[in-house]
This record gives sequence, structure tokens and C-alpha cells, in this order.
Amino acid sequence: MRLEKCWFCSSTVYPGHGIQFVRNDAKVFRFCRSKCHKNFKMKRNPRKVKWTKAYRSLHGKDMTQDSTFEFERKRNRPERYDRNVTEQTLKAIPLITKIRHERQKKHITNRLADVL
Amino acid sequence: MVQYNFKKITVVPPGKDFIDIILSRTQRQTPTVVHKGYAISRIRQFYMRKVRYSQQNFYEKLSTIIDEFPRLDDVHPFYGDLLHVLYNKDHYKLALGQINTARNIIAKISKDYLRLLKYGDSLYRCKCLKVAALGRMCTVIKRISPSLAYLEQIRQHMARLPSIDPNTRTLLICGYPNVGKSSFMNKITRADVDVQPYAFTTKSLFVGHADYKYLRYQVIDTPGILDRPFEDRNIIEMCSITALAHLRAAVLFFLDISGSCGYSIAQQAALFHSIKSLFMNKPLVIVCNKTDLQPLEKLSEEDMKLVMEMKAEAMKTIAQGGEPNEEGVLLTMSTLTEDGVMAVKNAACERLLDQRVEVKMKSKKINDCLNRFHVALPKPRDSKERPPCIPQAVLEARADAAAAKEKKKLERKLEKDLENENGGAGVYSASLKKHYMLANDEWKEDILPEILDGHNVADFLDPDILQRCEELEREEGLRLEEEVAQEAFQIDGHELTEEQREILGQIRKKKALIIQEHRMKKRTAESRPIVPRKFDKDRKFTTDRMGRQLSSMGFDPIAAVDRARSRGRKRERSLSRAGNDGDDMDIDGQQPNKKLRAMSRPSSRSKSRPPEEVVPGEGFRDSDQKKKAIKKAKDSVKKRNKEARRGEADRVIPTLKPKHLFSGKRSIGKTSRR
Repeated sequence: MRLEKCWFCSSTVYPGHGIQFVRNDAKVFRFCRSKCHKNFKMKRNPRKVKWTKAYRSLHGKDMTQDSTFEFERKRNRPERYDRNVTEQTLKAIPLITKIRHERQKKHITNRLADVL
Repeated sequence: MVQYNFKKITVVPPGKDFIDIILSRTQRQTPTVVHKGYAISRIRQFYMRKVRYSQQNFYEKLSTIIDEFPRLDDVHPFYGDLLHVLYNKDHYKLALGQINTARNIIAKISKDYLRLLKYGDSLYRCKCLKVAALGRMCTVIKRISPSLAYLEQIRQHMARLPSIDPNTRTLLICGYPNVGKSSFMNKITRADVDVQPYAFTTKSLFVGHADYKYLRYQVIDTPGILDRPFEDRNIIEMCSITALAHLRAAVLFFLDISGSCGYSIAQQAALFHSIKSLFMNKPLVIVCNKTDLQPLEKLSEEDMKLVMEMKAEAMKTIAQGGEPNEEGVLLTMSTLTEDGVMAVKNAACERLLDQRVEVKMKSKKINDCLNRFHVALPKPRDSKERPPCIPQAVLEARADAAAAKEKKKLERKLEKDLENENGGAGVYSASLKKHYMLANDEWKEDILPEILDGHNVADFLDPDILQRCEELEREEGLRLEEEVAQEAFQIDGHELTEEQREILGQIRKKKALIIQEHRMKKRTAESRPIVPRKFDKDRKFTTDRMGRQLSSMGFDPIAAVDRARSRGRKRERSLSRAGNDGDDMDIDGQQPNKKLRAMSRPSSRSKSRPPEEVVPGEGFRDSDQKKKAIKKAKDSVKKRNKEARRGEADRVIPTLKPKHLFSGKRSIGKTSRR
């Protein structure tokens, strides 16, 4: 079971939510809700739709490059289960996310401060 | 090949229909118009064509009938005899002969009349000749219509005959009525033959197919035969006799040793001996059926003797094969308990196969086949034996492996056994984690979380995550220190003058105002009517423009512009309209909190009820229900407001053109204006 990212707005799609569309060239598009799905069907570019993460990252509204992002990486090979590693990971995840949130907040405040 | 495909015979039409068909075809396919003014040769040709056409058609159709019906001498004698038994051979031949003569007569008629037509001198005479010719042809057909009907009947019956191939491997089942032939047939083939307690349930031959050693055998079920002199036999019995006589098959003679068929063993033995001449050259198996009612061993002395006699006869038939195989001759079974059924079938098939192979070997055809294959063996150089060489160690290893495998098979407990022990398939669910290969076996039963706080744990898994985390924290610590330093710097860095601070305050106030207005606008966007984007791509429809246009026309635009701006807005106090509603505004303060402003009123002013409060008499159960009702009312109005449509309170003219104003005469006066 995996949490996926919505192709349009980049929010997490939990199991049991959303729609998955497979195109004829075998590319899979996942959508978190019908709003994103309908926008996709209208052929809207998420980079031009203001409320999506793609727009915000592209226009510098949200933090894009940070070392905390490197912790989260999709691995294609399953790792053999090791209790110690899993324990450490489970402890580390909240710390990492906390730091990430702090940094994101700082980024936004800096941006707004620059405007004023 | 007409051999056993009687289904392909075309339908023989009855006499009248035959005539109708041909005549209507003549009418359709030949030219129909002729006048007496035409040249005489043309008239003659016209009528000759008609006569010729009719004759040709009659000829064709009758020929097809004659050709398609099988000639009893040309088909396999089995079919010849069968057809003779069913429909008298002479009668059949006569009918076909009549058709033939009819054909010839029609040909002669047409020849005669064509000759006469050559000398017809008027249209009328030619026409009479044609009518006479066609009439005579039709009379001929009318005369043979009983034969046509008979042939049609035969054709229908023939089409339903079972398709028996006389040359393939066949098992023939015969015996007295009710001994269990049809039940046996049902057991070994997929045929579904009627099985009933009365005699002569099976009235004709039935075919089924059974498989043995990858070969297909035809199994033919016959009607029962009674012990009578040959001449007294009826048609049904004759069918079986014909089959017995002509088909080269293995014969299974059924014997009912319990006597429940109504005939004693003596009678059955008598029958056997009377038809044993038909069993020449055929592998014979005597089958004792219904052993569940009466086992073979418990038979009486005389019955046993009779049975042994029959067996002796049967043994004679295999004498040519040279293998006096005792078991294949007398077999017992019971179709009810299915005991020995398969054994009987196998024995019969085996015997038949052997016999056929033998015959083939002796015939000349086999030589052709033998010539075609050749088994090549290398010619031995000398008489020394050369077996394959396997080293001793390998032989020993093989033996050990085999032994170990055997032992393992016996020792190992299968998962299935485990399942059965613990309650069976529905109760026990196998532990799939049992065979996991982990560094530490204690971890096998661990429950692993896959998702944590909206992240996939698998994405974070890393053996040196602790180390990296520490680095990260260190970084973070550094960053925080830097930040604090920065902030301190920032605070000291700005030194504003009085004036600048004032300006800054004003800017901030104005900005807050703009933000607030924008927010209010957004909030009421659902109910505020706007011009849709497709009509207003250039954003030309603004209240300013409207105001300018109105003032250019000479009206005072202020009220209209205000109305347009405030339409759909909630009746909230806003700082921008400070001038209009001065009542309850706090003039000197900016109270950024809207709620406080809304709530700040002098206590002398009466308070109106909050909208959710339930007033008794309105009909609401509680404030929740009232809130829902209010929401529903608002929702129903939203769309209408947004599209700026006419509402319930807007002025409505029910009829735009009432009749009494637009029609009618006046009693006095003119109607030049209405």
C-alpha cells in the first residue's frame, strides 16, 4: 500500500480516494479528487493553475530545494526487513518532517517580507 | 459419397407444387410480351422458348432427384439391406423408375411440340400449341405425384438415420429385449438412449462413440431380438439382424442372468444358438448383466451348463487369433452398480483391435505401409557387448538420492497436513511469514507500518538514517542561529523618521483596507451577479464605465453605481462606507477585528435575534434544523442571483400582449391607436 501523489495538484492520494487514469502509452495519472481529474480532462496545465503545487514551486512561492527532500526517495527495489533500521526510520521521520515544515514556513515569511 | 450422408438429399416437392414451381419460373424467366403484329418467326421463337425452357427445368429437377437418392446396389451392403428392411427395395426402385420414365416422356413431348411449333402460322395457333405442350407435361407430373410423396417420406426418414460408418471399429450390442443393452450404451458413451421397463423400448439402431487407447469406437445399440424363425421377424428386429450380418464389429451378446427381463436363460441360450451363424469372424464377448440381482456363481446347474456352452462357442471365434484368452470371452457386470462396465468395454475393444490388426497384417495393404517405415539400427561390428558406461560413484549417488527422496517424502510434513490438523481450509490460514529469511528470526512476526503521517515509510528506509538525521539537526541548529542573528540585524537596521513612520502606517492601513475589500468581494462572489467572462473578455463592464455613460446621458450616477456595487453584499459594516452608516461606527479607532466592530453598539439599541434562534410557532425542532432550512433557502437563490435573473420579488408582467388591448372593434371611435 502506498500513498501516491496527485498528478495535478501534488497532494497525497490516500487509498480509496481518487481516480487513476492509464493512457494508451501506459502512463499512469493519479488524481486525488474529481476537481483535479476534471481539470486534467480540460487539458489545463497545472503549472498555470494557481492553487497547485506545481505552480507554486515553479513561481517560487514554496520551498523547492532542500536537504530534507532528499530523505524521501522512491526506491524500486524492496529492502530486506531489518527491525533496527525500521525503528530508527520511524523515529527519524517526524523529526525530518518537522524540520521541513519549519524551513518551508521560513521560506514563505522571507518571501512575504521581501514584498513588503 | 452417398454412403452415409443421407442428409444432403434435396427436398422432393409434392406434385402440385412441382408444377407450380416450374410454371411460375417459366413465366418469370422468359419474355412475356408478344403481339400478333410481330413477325411470325419471332412469335414462333417466343413460344418455342417457353416450351423448351419448361422441359429443361423439368428434366433438371427430376434428374437431381434420381441422382441424389442412393442406389441400393451402389452403397455398402449394410445400408442397402437396412434401406431394404425399412422401405421395401422394390417399391423404392419402382418409384425411382417412374420418375425416370416421366423425365423421358416430358423430353419426348417437348420434342414433338417444338417440331409442330416450327410450322405454326398464327399467334393463336402457336399459343395453343404451347399450352398443349405445357399441359401434357404437367399431366405427366400429376400422374407421378404419389411416387413423389413416397420419395419425400423416404428422404425424411433417411435423413434421420444414424450415421454409422460401416468400415470403422464398431461394437455391436445385441441380445433379448430388456437385458440392459441401452443402459450399457448410456454408461460407456455420451448417448442418451431411452431406458424403460417395457420391451422394445429401443426401436431402431442408435450410435454412440467411446474411446479406448486413443482410438474412437462406434458403439451400436440394437433393438432386442426375439427367438423366432427368420421369416416371422418384424422390421425392428430385422434392423438388428442386418447390422449383425453386415458390420464387421465386435459383438457383445448380452445375457440377463437374473431373469428379470422376463425371459429365462434357456430362452436366451436358444436365441444365441439360432443366430450364432451371424457371429462368424467376429470377436464375440458374452456379457452377463444384472449381477447385482443374481451373481454368476450362484446360478443353477443347468443354467451354468448353458452359459458354458455359449462360452465354448465364443471361444471358437477367437481360435483364429491363436490366443486362447479365457478372460476375454465371458464377463460379468452390472449396469446399475457400474461394476465391471469398464472392464467389459476394454475387453471388447481390445479383442476387436487385435482382430483388425491381424487382418490388416495379413492383407496386401500392409506391405505398402511396411515399406514406408524403416527402423535403422547400427550394424554391429563384432559380437562384443558394449553397454553404457556409468561410473560407480554416480550409480551410488543416484541410489542414495533416490533413497533420500523416498525417505523425505515419507518424513516431511506437508503444509496441507498442517492445514488439515488445524481445522481445515476455512479455519486455518497458513502463516506466510514462516519461511522469511531475515537476519534475526525473531523479526519474522513483526508488523511493519507502511504509512506514517502522510509519508510512505518505505521511501525513508535507509540504514544510515540516524547519522544523516544528526547531520540535519546540526545544520538546523546552525541555521536557527543565523536566523536569530539576521533578525537582530534587521530590527536594528531600520531607523525611521516620524514622517516615514506615519506614511508607513497609512500605507499599512490602506493595504489592510484593500485586502479586506477584496475578501468581502470574494466571499459574496457566489451570490453577486457578474457579467460572464465570455461576454466581457476585455473587462469593459465596470461600474465606473456605467457611471460615466449615465452622466454623459444626463443622469446622476451615484445611486446606481452604489446599488451595483452593494448588490449581493451582506449587510456588513465596512470601513469604506464609513460615510453612509455613521450610527454605530467607532470613528477614531481602527478596529481591525470585524467581529468586534459588528458587535460594538450602544446598549440603548435593541438587539435583533440571531437568525438561528428558534422562535416557537415557526415550526422548527431545534436551531440545527433552522440553520439547515436557512441554508437551503439561500442555496436555492444563489444561482439565480449570480446569473442576475428575475427573482420572485421582481416585477412580472403576466401577459405581454393581452388580447383585449390588441384586438377587437370599437363600438365608437377609431382603432388607429391601441
